[in-house]
Amino acid sequence: MKKLYQKWWLILLLAFATPLHAALTIEITGGAGNQIPLAIVPFGAENALPQSITAIVGSDLARSGLFRLVDPAGAQAPHEPADVRYADWMAKGAEDLVIGSVSARPDGKLDVRFRLMDVVKQSQLAGFSYTITPAQLRSTAHKIADVIYEKLTGDVGVFSTQIAYVVKNGKRFELQVADADGYGAQTILASQEPILSPVWSPDGSRLAYVSFEQKKPIVYVQNLISGGRKALVSVKGSASAPAWSPDGRKLAIALTRDGNSQLYMVNADGSNLQRWSANSIIDTEPDFSPDGKWILFTSDRGGSAQIYRMPAVGGAAQRLTFDGSYNVSPHFSPDGKSFAFIQRQGGKFHVAVQDLATSQVQVLTDTPLDESPSFAPNGKMIIYATEINRRGVLAAVSSDGRVKQRLSVQAGDVREPAWGPLLKNQ
Amino acid sequence: MNKLLLSAILLGLLSACASTGDKDQSGAAVEDKSMGQKSGADASGAQKSGVAANPLTDPNNILSKRSVYFDLDSFSVKDEYKPMIEAHAQYLKQNSKAKAFLQGNCDERGSREYNIALGQKRAESLRKMMSVMGVSDSQMETVSFGEEKPKSEGHDEAAWAQNRRADVVYQGE
Repeated sequence: MKKLYQKWWLILLLAFATPLHAALTIEITGGAGNQIPLAIVPFGAENALPQSITAIVGSDLARSGLFRLVDPAGAQAPHEPADVRYADWMAKGAEDLVIGSVSARPDGKLDVRFRLMDVVKQSQLAGFSYTITPAQLRSTAHKIADVIYEKLTGDVGVFSTQIAYVVKNGKRFELQVADADGYGAQTILASQEPILSPVWSPDGSRLAYVSFEQKKPIVYVQNLISGGRKALVSVKGSASAPAWSPDGRKLAIALTRDGNSQLYMVNADGSNLQRWSANSIIDTEPDFSPDGKWILFTSDRGGSAQIYRMPAVGGAAQRLTFDGSYNVSPHFSPDGKSFAFIQRQGGKFHVAVQDLATSQVQVLTDTPLDESPSFAPNGKMIIYATEINRRGVLAAVSSDGRVKQRLSVQAGDVREPAWGPLLKNQ
Repeated sequence: MNKLLLSAILLGLLSACASTGDKDQSGAAVEDKSMGQKSGADASGAQKSGVAANPLTDPNNILSKRSVYFDLDSFSVKDEYKPMIEAHAQYLKQNSKAKAFLQGNCDERGSREYNIALGQKRAESLRKMMSVMGVSDSQMETVSFGEEKPKSEGHDEAAWAQNRRADVVYQGE
């Protein structure tokens, strides 16, 4: 059986192999009320590089909506703390300053050094140096942006993460993975049949997703390093809506082998398949809490599509949503205190967040056809699919609703986003 | 494995030819829901019947009606479709070798995953009715395409109404 899938994978690859870059373009459509004014001085000797590190750092931070970039032009450009004339930067309105330098080593590698300076206190907040290959320029810039973001906001930065999404171009579907800033898009799977619901394993090494290549929904797990893939389970009916347990050992999935869509648990290698929900109505879209103790899911057991919570070990289900007749696609926030979902109001579908302790709901978007919300691993942004002028695009909104971004590709519809995890080795 | 693939491809080619011939003869186009591959055996059966209309494709026969349409969010089958479902149930009972795929679909709005589940429930609604009418479970198979295979590509209520649907598709069609 395994062999058969490998063969199909090969056929899919051969039939649809393509160039591997179709960058997502990101547009910021809103910002936080109190942006941190930050000046980034181009690093010393940076203009000899194929791409500017500080330009990438600046665009990362600006994209978060939490920073206002102060133009360094006209001021003396320091690269070392001793050279900083704080009064000049105060006059420009900058509260913080980023300086640094790049130098080439005899072995072809580069030394990148940067410092984050507090202009008001006239002191250093952070300083790091990296020895990198020229191919690591972008990832190093993202790491620098992560350090600055964390120092100045108190939250972990997610500029080094990746996103997965599906592009539909005519009748062709591609599952792609790109950096969080839209660069470096790679096609993971191309098919003439629909692909949906990608979800990252907690360690970022695998994607589970649904493919229609066998003319019905089937869940596959694909290793992103080797490219190897296999159907998670092989049972009668269809399989969809995969969700990883936080330890990466299990998945919850929806199967139709007993008729209607019901939830099952299965080990990540496909073994030990067990029914988890048992009734005669729709249960789908499971999502594990970050501590692994709870599962959110969508069910019509009360007569309309609503979100429920149940212990992962089984037990009584508790209905969580009550506004309106359609609340779907729940996803826990990374701190487990709230969940994002899609709420239908007057025929329009918006991204909303509900606090688990208070049950308070905040609707975050005003676009009418929003789908598939997915939290950034720091919980600060939610990426989702929407439509602009009949085209599928991805958008992101801050979890307080104030910052908005739009991500689109040059051609085709983009949909089904899934924000990847923070990787510890970065 | 190669042999298996090759024969699958050959079978596909064979059935593609057969289906073209079929269309030319009867002139009654069967909607291609691309579920079951046409088998060679089935196609020759259709040719045997020649110009004499196949009850499944004869536009004057209720068996040529294959689609049940649903209201928004709903999976309950309206009364107007019961005679049609009854006819398909009778056909399956009289043709024990026939097999029907019951395919559920949804309009494009809302969650793709919930729509897979809702389409499944629409298909299951048909299966349960036909089961009560005495059709053997082995002659029916349900599948949901969710919102992924829209019949109408439009983005208005007329298109959505077309896509909130369950189809009866016979094996070999």
